[in-house]
Amino acid sequence: MSTTTTLAPVLSMTGVSKRFGAVQALKDIDFDVAAGEVVALVGDNGAGKSTLVKTIAGVYSPDGGTVVFDGSPVTIHSPSEAQALGIATVFQDLALCDNLDVVGNLFLGNEVLRGRALDEVTMEQESWRLLRELSAKIPSVRIPVASLSGGQRQTVAIARSLLGAPKVVMLDEPTAALGVAQTAEVLNLVERLREKGLGVILISHNMSDVMAVADRVAVLRLGRNNGVFRVADTTSQEIIAAITGATTNAVTARAARRAPQEEQS
Amino acid sequence: MTTAHTPPPADPNATAVPADLQDERLIASPGVGGWAGATWQRVKSGDLGSLPVVVGLVLIWGVFYALNPLFLSSRNLVNLTVQMVPIGTIAIGVVLVLLLGEIDLSVGSMSGLAGAILAVLFVHQGLNVWVAIVAALAAGVVTGLVYGLLFNRFGVPSFVITLAGLLVLLGLQIRTLGKDGTINLPFESGLVQFASQQFLPDVLAYVLAVAVPAVYLLSRLRTNQRRSGAGLSAAPLPALALRAGLLALLLLVAAYVLNRDRGVSYMVVLFIALVVVMDLFIRRTAWGRSVLAIGGNVEAARRAGINVKRVYLTVFMLCSTFAALGGILAAARLASANQSSGGADTNLNAIAAAVIGGTSLFGGRGSAYSALLGIVVIFSISNGLALLSVSSDVRFVVTGAVLLLAVVIDSLSRRSRAAHGRA
Ligand SMILES: Nc1ncnc2c1ncn2[C@@H]1O[C@H](COP(=O)(O)OP(=O)(O)OP(=O)(O)O)[C@@H](O)[C@H]1O
Ligand SMILES: [Mg+2]
Repeated sequence: MSTTTTLAPVLSMTGVSKRFGAVQALKDIDFDVAAGEVVALVGDNGAGKSTLVKTIAGVYSPDGGTVVFDGSPVTIHSPSEAQALGIATVFQDLALCDNLDVVGNLFLGNEVLRGRALDEVTMEQESWRLLRELSAKIPSVRIPVASLSGGQRQTVAIARSLLGAPKVVMLDEPTAALGVAQTAEVLNLVERLREKGLGVILISHNMSDVMAVADRVAVLRLGRNNGVFRVADTTSQEIIAAITGATTNAVTARAARRAPQEEQS
Repeated sequence: MTTAHTPPPADPNATAVPADLQDERLIASPGVGGWAGATWQRVKSGDLGSLPVVVGLVLIWGVFYALNPLFLSSRNLVNLTVQMVPIGTIAIGVVLVLLLGEIDLSVGSMSGLAGAILAVLFVHQGLNVWVAIVAALAAGVVTGLVYGLLFNRFGVPSFVITLAGLLVLLGLQIRTLGKDGTINLPFESGLVQFASQQFLPDVLAYVLAVAVPAVYLLSRLRTNQRRSGAGLSAAPLPALALRAGLLALLLLVAAYVLNRDRGVSYMVVLFIALVVVMDLFIRRTAWGRSVLAIGGNVEAARRAGINVKRVYLTVFMLCSTFAALGGILAAARLASANQSSGGADTNLNAIAAAVIGGTSLFGGRGSAYSALLGIVVIFSISNGLALLSVSSDVRFVVTGAVLLLAVVIDSLSRRSRAAHGRA
């Protein structure tokens, strides 16, 4: 599926830890993504995926470890520094301003200016272009985001990350609230980003989506690395085992229970 | 996802319908009727904007006129416009902090201190009036800087910081004024003349009343042109013409009524110009956008890469500086600075004006124009009650009741917006 393994990683981190009070959310995490590669980050609820993404995005600063971006070591103190490096993020909680309209949210922090003033016309035009690209079903870009549905809000958040020229795009459960067509568009988008040579980090609980677009799958379990799999030579069973930490688990148990039932019927 | 998905035409010009009107769920509302209908829908869903204030103002004026026709006399209205400017100027700054979802409770003492600094430097030290003005404004800048730094560094709620500031500034004001406690500004000085004696020539007032709507119309037409060029819908021409016409009518009537007495004060022109400029800053610049964004959702603004601390700093500085400017204008208008300048109800009137004018206490919603509208309401009430020779105790009660009403309307419309998806 992928021939990009020889590329040097655009982002790589070693020994990254993050602790919240008594909770060790991340412990000695090693993680990397190459240009033109899609790495899926999977793990159970609370495994630390979002924390890792926020650490890379400059929302949290790690307690320890090193981050290398584009060949040089960096410390990312703030979201604006991450953006300046070329890291775009779709957060799980979307982080939109309800009182601003769709255009305002899309271009927040990256406003197009005409002289000193905001260039609303260009921004609105560009918004429609981005949203069409994602087959977004949004009736108007001049209504406050508060009045959008969950999936529409998610689409806005995804469209945000396509602005500018990022080198790494991180998507934290981008398709959780999306319809069938919009999910397909987001997966298409992920593939397009890979073709454009961007590094993509995709968090998803949906194994078939992961197996469909990812080149590698990195598993987190209870805040630690629990294996990296190449999609080409693994199965979802193997990944699920790594996620839950056992070869027999709730998922395989269900599958086993259902199999004899289906034989009987 | 392997199914061939044909994307809709990417080129907005490929279809005749403007890019922003293609979704079939949009309820088509062409022309002026549609525009009026859309406005009515917005109001019904709780996006009241300035409607309650305007309705309230008409009621207030009607009642006072019925009780004493002198209320709407040219002479009284000229007084009203001049009286309101100092606190109105302070209210512009209050609007800014409220947009962030913060508050500054010390604007009254800040204005008092600025008046004291002005008077001491100008009268006692004999310095050039401009030097005194710059020094008084600088006191505002520094105060705001300190508030902003404390807020950013320690994350103390702004109402606590500025409550402490209120006392500190009051102490500084009394200390600055020294033993006498009152300093009179010479009546013939340019500053006092500016604030109390100088009015626009009648003709100039009329010219402005026509020129301002014309500029508005032209800029909207230019926007329309750019929007059509970009394949977006344009505002209907009759609606724009109607709005500009109404604005011109309003301004011409105001100019006519005021011109029958002394006319439009330069100080009033300065105040309105400040309101218009701040409105443009809030709506049309990246800085203003980040102020609104922070008021809506600080964390989202921070993650969007906005330098949140810098925005807080600039807004606290602007607020204190507007308060200082208000203090300077107050001292100039009364030709005096004393220990009670900026005391009593200055603080509350400035904050009440911003809220009554329609700026939300919850942050992220409001406009510079609410300073103008709110201050007109407050001074109409106090001026009207004074005409009826009602004592100040009743005045406080009435103003308090109006403020309470405004806050209730704010909360109710916020709830209604949430229900109609317009948070
Ligand atoms: N701001 C915070 N303060 C304290 N603890 C936190 C914070 N953020 C995350 N945690 C803790 O860190 C751990 C990892 O959380 P994280 O959000 O990274 O999980 P996740 O893998 O994204 O889970 P999910 O699949 O449910 O999104 C959890 O135990 C959580 O309680
Ligand atoms: Mg998560």
